[in-house]
Amino acid sequence: MQVKRTPKTYEVCIIGSGASGGTAAKVLTEGGLSVALLEAGPPLVPERDYKEHVWPYDLPHRGAGVGGRARQGLEDEFLAPNGAWEIEGEPYVSAPGSKFRWFRSRIVGGRTNHWGRIALRMAPVDFKVRSHDGMGDDWPVSYAEVAPYYDKVESYIGVFGTRENIPSAPDGIFLPPPKPRCTETIIKKACDHLNILCIPSRLAILTQPHNGRPACHYCAQCGRGCITASNFSSSQVMIPPAEKTGRLTLITGAMARELVVNKDGKVEAVSYVDTATHEEKRIHARAFIVAASACESARLLLNSKSTLFPDGLANSSGVVGRNLMDTVGSDGGGYFPALEKMPAHNHDGVGGMHMYLPWWKFDRKNEFLRGYHTEFGGGRGMPGVGDYDDLCDDFEGYGSALKRECKKKYGTYIGFAGRGEMIPNENCYCEIDPSAVDQWGIPVLRFHWKWSDNEIKMAKDMQDTYREIVEAAGGVYLTATSPDGPNPYGIADGGVIIHEVGTARMGEHAATSALNQYCQAHDVKNLFVTDGASFVTNADKNPTLTIMALTWRASDYLLDQAKKGNL
Amino acid sequence: MPISRRDILKSLTLTAITGSVLRVIPLEAAEYAHRMVRAAKAAAENQMYTPKFFSAHSYKTLQALCQTIIPSDEEAKGAIEAGAPEFIDLITSENKDYQVALGGGLMWLDNTCIDRYGSVYLDCTPQQQKEILDLIAYRNNAKHDPSLGQGIEFFGFLRKLTADGFFTSEIGIEYLGYIGNTYVKEFPGCPPVPEA
Repeated sequence: MQVKRTPKTYEVCIIGSGASGGTAAKVLTEGGLSVALLEAGPPLVPERDYKEHVWPYDLPHRGAGVGGRARQGLEDEFLAPNGAWEIEGEPYVSAPGSKFRWFRSRIVGGRTNHWGRIALRMAPVDFKVRSHDGMGDDWPVSYAEVAPYYDKVESYIGVFGTRENIPSAPDGIFLPPPKPRCTETIIKKACDHLNILCIPSRLAILTQPHNGRPACHYCAQCGRGCITASNFSSSQVMIPPAEKTGRLTLITGAMARELVVNKDGKVEAVSYVDTATHEEKRIHARAFIVAASACESARLLLNSKSTLFPDGLANSSGVVGRNLMDTVGSDGGGYFPALEKMPAHNHDGVGGMHMYLPWWKFDRKNEFLRGYHTEFGGGRGMPGVGDYDDLCDDFEGYGSALKRECKKKYGTYIGFAGRGEMIPNENCYCEIDPSAVDQWGIPVLRFHWKWSDNEIKMAKDMQDTYREIVEAAGGVYLTATSPDGPNPYGIADGGVIIHEVGTARMGEHAATSALNQYCQAHDVKNLFVTDGASFVTNADKNPTLTIMALTWRASDYLLDQAKKGNL
Repeated sequence: MPISRRDILKSLTLTAITGSVLRVIPLEAAEYAHRMVRAAKAAAENQMYTPKFFSAHSYKTLQALCQTIIPSDEEAKGAIEAGAPEFIDLITSENKDYQVALGGGLMWLDNTCIDRYGSVYLDCTPQQQKEILDLIAYRNNAKHDPSLGQGIEFFGFLRKLTADGFFTSEIGIEYLGYIGNTYVKEFPGCPPVPEA
């Protein structure tokens, strides 16, 4: 087949339209540059694609999906479109002895259509961990340097929260938080008693009209996508203003295969598969921003081999694919008899927690390094498939007694999710599988994964803490975990928390890092990798806000370089 | 003339494009669109159901079991009225593991009833039906009689699917007292928490 070339040369080509790609598209087009934005999936039409306000009984599968997918631990039918644990025709491989799961999204906006909207700043110490405890590496950038960009992102997208002056959880620019739900009131009281911090959460959801978007209407369905764009997604908040400039060319159905370099060692084009026609096409640009998600970006770099770059692009250090991190996750939950007495009431709220537990043991020596925050929720939510599995197993029997028991216990459970910092280790990385390709003929990733002791100890601390909180709140802790087995203390498999980062880390030295502090490749000056791949560490803060702040900063730098004629 | 859903969505899109930089739909219009979609779906319902996977006999047995697991009583209607058998048949028709677990489980039940009582489950007396269900509704019974193991496994799975079908129905959701899935201008917070 003949390779088709688009004759036009854009100033910048961005690969990936999620949190990072969308931010870059907005900043660069508003800064005056012409941008081609490639997205592997289709366009998004919220009013057609989102299932907001749909009841389970509006769907023949009741939300369980074809063949009861949701019951097999896969995504439910209500989820915003095209985000999945498995994509047909696009496999990935876990190496023997490793278990890694990879949630991917193929649609404009990427995983910002699905994410939990949790928008936490990294703390000053999070950027300088090695100086603090000797493990891992420091970032080549400080909190003070990133803070102005956190400000810009929060001001633009809208994040609710409260000013608390907690060293492990820096304050931002906040909209007012929503009132607590009953479940949050109960846990807050127990945490106060135990001297555990419990504060209003920080989510990218509007509690007031903001920058032309209406306020949240409190249906608790952010994960389905929001038709009124009252929460943040790249597709609804970053890409529209970029389109408005007239300088954005959004190309959907474009699966990037390889970055093509010229004889001077600069990237001159990206070759991609047009997924509708299966044609090979190219986009030419003066600069390239890779923002396809940490692992997908590493895959693209590793697949871009040439005589100049035999180990893959921007990989003279050998770190591309290495330093892979996810978040330490361990969940637990309890039953709260007091909630049985709550009158029926609207408990929905925003699509996420109204309160959370930031890391509170930052001022003492612990059994493990670094920290974790805790998300929690439960109560009288919309009933869904699988909600009654455990109760059916516990109560057994049948008939009106079972039916009444289910009603009695409805809304009486609260679950906790620990989200902690993993220290990178040499056993966690991704590489190109030597034999497998996807349906486009692009070699796929093979993942290697092993938690270290520090993470297991952290998971144990999560379990101990959640038991303590549940019991202090008058509840019964129901989660049973074991120190042994493949998931000690309930630690989630790698990738399951969907915070994978670190696969093309930034650093001061070209020998030990792929990028400089502006996400610019040490080896290839017109190449930037702005997504989570650039992370040096993976603090206990959900990465999205930091991805956007770093991308904004990199984009400003790129604009400055363009003004100086260095593009 | 009634406005079709397509027209509304089209007008919403136009409003959004002309009205704002961001693709935002006015709240009231979005709410109206949601109501229209629901009304259209409701009108299409209430037709006679033909099972996709189960035989006529198996489906009748399935219905009987669903209604026994979550019966219609003075508090609320039951699993059949809630459409649980249709839901179970649909996902079973798409899942080979479910076909074995449920199809095989129903055959196990009929065979066990023939062994014990001389007829298939549906032809047993109410007392016989209660007797066998009381045996397979509790895991502990397998300790005394290991031959019940398969029946207990089957019934445990069907109990979960029946709960799914019932509690995700309009009847089940109303029975639980879930209030929400709607537009509220301000989140009211928690009503007073009664002392435990």
